[in-house]
Amino acid sequence: MNASLAHENSGASSDAPVYELTDVSKTYARNAVVALENVNLTLRNGSFTSVIGSSGCGKSTLLKIMAGLIPPTKGRVILQEKPVIGPRRDIGMRLQQATLFPWKTAVENIVLPIEIRDGKAAAKQARAKAHDLLDIVGLKGFENVYPNELSGGMAQRASSCRMLITEPAVLLLDEPFSALDELSRDMMNMELQRICREQDATAFLVTHSIQEAVILSDEIVVMKPRPGRIAEIVHVDLPRPRTLDMMTTPRFGEIVDHIRGMLDKGENM
Amino acid sequence: MTDAPTNQRLETGAADDTVWVQEVAFIDSVPRSIAMTFVFVVFIGTWDLVTRLGLVSPIILPTPWETFSDMVFVGSNLLSGGYMLAALWITIKEVIYGFALAIAIGFSLGVLVGETAFGEKAVMPYLVAIDTMPKVAFAPLFVAWLGFGIESKVALAAFIATFPIVVGTAAGLHSADENARMLFKTMGASRMQTLIKMKLPTGLPQIFTGLKIGAVGVMAGAITGEFLGGGKGFGELIRVAASQLNTPRVFSLILYLSLVGLVLYLIVQWTQRRIVFWQKESVGAHDH
Repeated sequence: MNASLAHENSGASSDAPVYELTDVSKTYARNAVVALENVNLTLRNGSFTSVIGSSGCGKSTLLKIMAGLIPPTKGRVILQEKPVIGPRRDIGMRLQQATLFPWKTAVENIVLPIEIRDGKAAAKQARAKAHDLLDIVGLKGFENVYPNELSGGMAQRASSCRMLITEPAVLLLDEPFSALDELSRDMMNMELQRICREQDATAFLVTHSIQEAVILSDEIVVMKPRPGRIAEIVHVDLPRPRTLDMMTTPRFGEIVDHIRGMLDKGENM
Repeated sequence: MTDAPTNQRLETGAADDTVWVQEVAFIDSVPRSIAMTFVFVVFIGTWDLVTRLGLVSPIILPTPWETFSDMVFVGSNLLSGGYMLAALWITIKEVIYGFALAIAIGFSLGVLVGETAFGEKAVMPYLVAIDTMPKVAFAPLFVAWLGFGIESKVALAAFIATFPIVVGTAAGLHSADENARMLFKTMGASRMQTLIKMKLPTGLPQIFTGLKIGAVGVMAGAITGEFLGGGKGFGELIRVAASQLNTPRVFSLILYLSLVGLVLYLIVQWTQRRIVFWQKESVGAHDH
């Protein structure tokens, strides 16, 4: 094993912590399944962290706990110095499906979080910003189009705009582009990187793809199942900004191989 | 005329066993209007034949021509504002009031049952129990409670139409998927916001399905009410004509009545297309 790859999360970045998870555990009472066991994790401001692991390793549970959708059985989650005890406005969440609502146009879908938070008038004012966001993701001219006229990739982009409209401090991404083909996914990932840099957002990505995790992340949390726990936190030292051609570099390959080895070991337990 | 597929070979000049054989059913090449006309002609023809051959007593089954001429008579009475129009108007009022009442009650109960745990746990079983009862059997009760006027018919019509609307509304509210629910949760939406901005619009297709079934039921309720509770509506005209063995009249009255039902159904459908504009048409989806 390449020892230099593996090290505990020991403050790779000097930025202040945004998220702090301390001894977070989750047991589902109904069948006494330990979904998460003593997860300790710190996300630093502006960093990009991915979590990867086979199914059942608790990564979705972890994301839901971080988003304040479900409470942990034990431990605590601090976001921007305040404990997470429910859904928060400084969190932007992007689910696997685009989940645009067919009775609303692209722009109306994007300003929905504002409409819910501050009412219709505020949502109307946010339209200009929604237009700008659509412009950024290459959907200029699709402002007043209904979702069933958008392609899968376009819907995914519009959905990302909806996440960004509230300017959240952290982005929680649950396999956001897994419904897309590989080419579109690579493009969306590069776009995601650019947006994160522009907005100086802290991102936390759940993914199945090792390549995706490596090309995007500063840190990769490798998880193992039964019980779900962190096996290792891998630091990715590829330079920023990342480009798609880095995927052919030896260093990229080394990191991918290392993570694959970790995951294979998990399988054999 | 059959529905059997006719094998049409694509001429490609390739060896026989490599040629695709496309099966094109004959019916696929026939426009709907022609297919419908065909069925209509066969139906009227069979009817005509049966009466001509004297297979059925003329008292029981009038000829198509007798029925048609009676339809002209009833039509002219309706158009000239005769007593039949007054009767029809009474029935239409029963249908409108009954439907409005059914929508108000059905929607409220549907939200109670579909949105609240109390409704689902404590109210739904009773609704299911009542729904399995033959609701027409309640007609004498409504007459006893509300008299022979329009009220007892409105009550029966509403009673029959309410349940499909309850079921449609409750099912509609449950139809939102996990992603949409989670999304609204992450946006910090209140329960009311989630209901109004997400669950209700998501459930509109099912709600309208309930409304359409209700629209059919409300007609049945109004006419049944008139059969059993008297009054001056169209159902009473049918009952009197039948008791006089005036079968052509019965037939033509039923046809005009079905027009009222059709109009009501089409109004609901038109409203659905306007409101649920994003829904793909599912009725008649066989058209390729």
